[in-house]
Amino acid sequence: MISKQDTEKVAKLARLGISDKEAGEFQKELSSVLNYFKMIDSADVSKSEPTFHSAEDFLNKSDILREDRAEAGSENVSQKIIDLSPDKKGRYLKVKAIL
Amino acid sequence: MDLFELDIKGIYKGLKEKQFSAVDVAKSYLDRIKSENKKVSAYVSVFEESAISQAKEADKRIKDKSALMLTGVPIAIKDNILVEGGKTTCSSRILEHYDAVYDATVVKKLKSESMVILGKTNLDEFAMGASTENSGFFPTKNPNDLKRVPGGSSGGSAAAVADNMCCCALGSDTGGSIRQPASFCGVVGLKPSYGAVSRYGLVAFASSLDQIGPLAKTIDDAEAVFYSICGRDKKDSTSVEYKASGSLPAKSLRIGVPKEYFVKGLDKEVEKIIKGAISKYESAGAKIIEISLPNSKYVIPAYYLICTSEASSNLARYDGIKYGLSKGKEGDLMDVYFKSREAGFGREVKRRIMLGTYALSAGYYDAFYLKAGKIRTLIKDDFKKAFEKVDVIFSPVAPTPAFNLGEKTSDPLAMYLEDIFTAPVNLAGLPGLSVPAGKIGDLPVGLQIIGDYFEEKKIFDVAKIIFGK
Repeated sequence: MISKQDTEKVAKLARLGISDKEAGEFQKELSSVLNYFKMIDSADVSKSEPTFHSAEDFLNKSDILREDRAEAGSENVSQKIIDLSPDKKGRYLKVKAIL
Repeated sequence: MDLFELDIKGIYKGLKEKQFSAVDVAKSYLDRIKSENKKVSAYVSVFEESAISQAKEADKRIKDKSALMLTGVPIAIKDNILVEGGKTTCSSRILEHYDAVYDATVVKKLKSESMVILGKTNLDEFAMGASTENSGFFPTKNPNDLKRVPGGSSGGSAAAVADNMCCCALGSDTGGSIRQPASFCGVVGLKPSYGAVSRYGLVAFASSLDQIGPLAKTIDDAEAVFYSICGRDKKDSTSVEYKASGSLPAKSLRIGVPKEYFVKGLDKEVEKIIKGAISKYESAGAKIIEISLPNSKYVIPAYYLICTSEASSNLARYDGIKYGLSKGKEGDLMDVYFKSREAGFGREVKRRIMLGTYALSAGYYDAFYLKAGKIRTLIKDDFKKAFEKVDVIFSPVAPTPAFNLGEKTSDPLAMYLEDIFTAPVNLAGLPGLSVPAGKIGDLPVGLQIIGDYFEEKKIFDVAKIIFGK
């Protein structure tokens, strides 16, 4: 149900490096799963809205947002975060050139 | 009785009466881990030093009489929940060396009661799986039969509780990941209502489905841990102001049994145990009412389309830039992304990311993700209608008891079908409890008790009617 070409396209979209052999294997597995999922075609959802928060009725919607104000974290947490980056220079995280 | 065999009440009583100290209890569990973990492989990291110092703090509180019910009780935490000061790996190579920078809200709450955190337990990588065989490090074994899986994805937590390597544990449940391993290992496991427990500090898999919950030796223990961790958190805007609701009805309890669940595919021995449990309730005066959940057949496709779509978005952050495994630096930016994710993610994680990416892509979004979201509403409404006629719903937790290691790993779809009774509860956002109801030989089998929104108290009380404390 999904071609090898589409499998490779999807892997590329998802930024996943896969070998040619893996593309063939994933194609088989994804096809088998997607074939099974085709059965949702028979569901009548003409009168339904989608659910995104399953307990939405219980949410206090007036208390969800906060002020768009940065709150200073602790210095040592900031340093720990920088330390976790694989590539850094001073307090900057290094990223490959985009342009 | 060894200290590691005690439940929460036993520890609380012993500490209060000065029969032993919190340090004694912690040491008993740590020694137990040293002797058992190489067989069962429940733990990814053990925090021996900090556990002892937390136990010493607990002893101080007991001395100055500020101790609470959970003070000094040793707990294990699933390794997708952040505990500062140690690694949080999600059992993935991509986070193998990731140091948690903050505590999850639930961990903060447990620490404020001076619980003792023994370590982090193994899981299916990024909580994707039903056997813990997808862990990027090693599989966990079922303590009841070491050739079998403990279930998943919270297999490490369930095995640790079942084997007395902790008094209780935290797990997470997206499609059954607390309830199914609880059933397979013979312990109590609760998936709370969606929004009951803060997800701040839980590494996200599927944000509209994930919930953190307790695994424990007894129903009372699971209840005690649940009340400690539930509640509105400003840092999780999907969390709800929690009020324990739902008491047992004054007249006879009405138990709903879904007719769609007792069909071909359900193991005959599992069916016998579940029907046996239902008869016990009937003999105790409950009314057993057959209900219908007509959209049950769409559960697995709807669940897997929604969770993989959300996962494909949630796992995009693992890019080799901010933290975690980083490869491909000899190339350009795309190489960093492709090579880091190729090396860091396991097979099942890649499979699910691709499924989700496909389901959300242009041309497929309406037919897959959006349609699944609408089917979710149908499933939610099935339960709503059922709860007009019944107080709770009983069902099996899984179609089989614990299967053998390696038995289902070659067919992803076979593994997905394990979630058939648990995933609908996540889709609807209801609370579900798994309580040990019997055994097939050495293999435990759990009964699932499903309640209406935020009626955790009711389902605990219902469970206690037959299964005691």
